[in-house]
Amino acid sequence: MHTLIAQGLRKRYGDLHALDGFDLHVGPGVIHGLLGPNGAGKTTAVKALATLIDLDGGTARVAGFDVRTQARQVRRSIGLIGQNAAVDEILGGRQNLVMFGRLYGLGKADARARADDLLATFGLAGAADRAVSTYSGGMRRRLDIAAGLILTPAVLFLDEPTTGLDPRGRNEVWTGVREIAARGTTVLLTTQYLDEADQLAARISVVDHGKVIAEGSPDELKRRVGGDRVTFTVRENAAEIARRLGAETDEDSRITVEVTTDLIDVVRTLDGLGARPTDLRLRRPTLDEVFLHLTAKESVR
Amino acid sequence: MNAWILTRRELAHWVRQPWGPVFGLLFAVMLLLVFGFLFGGAITVPGGGAYLDYLLPGMLALTMMFGVESTALAMANDARRGITDRFRSMPIGSTSVAFGRVGADLANSAAELLVLIAGGLAIGWRITSDPAAAALAVLLLLLLRFSVLWIGIFVGLTFRGDGATTAVQVLVWPIGFLSTAIVSAETMPAWLGTLAAGNPLSATATAARELFGNPTGITGGVLAEHAVWLAVGWPLLLTAVFVPLSARAYRRLRN
Repeated sequence: MHTLIAQGLRKRYGDLHALDGFDLHVGPGVIHGLLGPNGAGKTTAVKALATLIDLDGGTARVAGFDVRTQARQVRRSIGLIGQNAAVDEILGGRQNLVMFGRLYGLGKADARARADDLLATFGLAGAADRAVSTYSGGMRRRLDIAAGLILTPAVLFLDEPTTGLDPRGRNEVWTGVREIAARGTTVLLTTQYLDEADQLAARISVVDHGKVIAEGSPDELKRRVGGDRVTFTVRENAAEIARRLGAETDEDSRITVEVTTDLIDVVRTLDGLGARPTDLRLRRPTLDEVFLHLTAKESVR
Repeated sequence: MNAWILTRRELAHWVRQPWGPVFGLLFAVMLLLVFGFLFGGAITVPGGGAYLDYLLPGMLALTMMFGVESTALAMANDARRGITDRFRSMPIGSTSVAFGRVGADLANSAAELLVLIAGGLAIGWRITSDPAAAALAVLLLLLLRFSVLWIGIFVGLTFRGDGATTAVQVLVWPIGFLSTAIVSAETMPAWLGTLAAGNPLSATATAARELFGNPTGITGGVLAEHAVWLAVGWPLLLTAVFVPLSARAYRRLRN
């Protein structure tokens, strides 16, 4: 049983097909990443699943409810964290959480208790009564995420949660997101940062031009681009060696070879040429390579 | 219920940042002093009466209309910061969001009326009618505020971002001054006077003058005879137009 199901979602803005047959299946308790360049349709997909916009086509179910016909039930089951920290800047952190808790239908005492829980969970108890305008970017984001968790939603949407944060703020948010998923909430995370998807997401959908062009675990996606890579540096004949191995060389005579058959073949070739490589390393493809590979293929089509 | 929670959000803003509303009130008091004393000496009221007595109800009506600016700004800010989207992703209705705004802004404007009335009385303005009539005047002023609230909600939802304030300012100042709020229509060129007398703001200002027992500055015409009815009718008409427009603008966020 999937917590999030999207089938053939379509959404047009004038001539732009923001969603053009978008499909998604996410199981319960999974952190699922939507990875793609700006304008790929990630935010539109999140908005459609969070019942904020009307679709031109396709069906979507969130926590078992249809986004079109059961919007109210969907809204009871989700938390939406948009691109801006959507909290009241003038009020304090606790005041914000109590207000959102009351709007979610909690009684006064329950809303206060829940606010205190969340403030403690997100390390904001010490700043609970300070105006949010005095918070750091990371603190604001954590408060924003806490506000989306008041009813312990089945699904949490995070739209580029760490854009604009410093490394420390980013780490704080990552820790929070992992804890949320550990408690059973399904997380749909959009990001432009490949390392963020690599770090957090159990599964990733690569999105481009309004549809999913590849899906899998980070490892599966990396395997798709081909095998491991051997990189090394040679002092001489870099261009010749690169040509013989069918590889590329950069300005520092550093050569990257994709290992398609056998590492031994690479070594034999090097030995035959009398080359003595230094700084030899074997590594998996990075998500950057996956991403460029997939989106380049897409734009050729 | 949800509307009340959202209204309380605004009241909590006052406690946290009292300077915003205080400066708003000081601005209104300053306008009153500028027109009452600086320009007032040069103005005579057609039909007789003291200019200050003529001016004060006009200032009250003008302040109600200028409230459209703070409404539009608050709506646009919430939209820009993503707070509107957060509300829309929550199980609360759009009417709650709108009425939260209405409650907050009416509370704000009631406080403004209170301060201006107290300030006016302090500098020599007099209410010569009975308390019931004066109370009705205050209600009509708030009715005007209620109707322009919906214009503010519509503008704030339509021109999201910084454009909203500019749009409203461009709209509000000419409409505010092309009325009988500050000077009588009878001192204007005929065509301008007709326009000013037909302004919804003039209806409320004139009705408030009548009900407070102040000089109206009008010696004849439709406005002189039916000011109170016009001060009921105009806001109801504006509300009837802008509530559906606001609802449509809110639905359009779904596009």
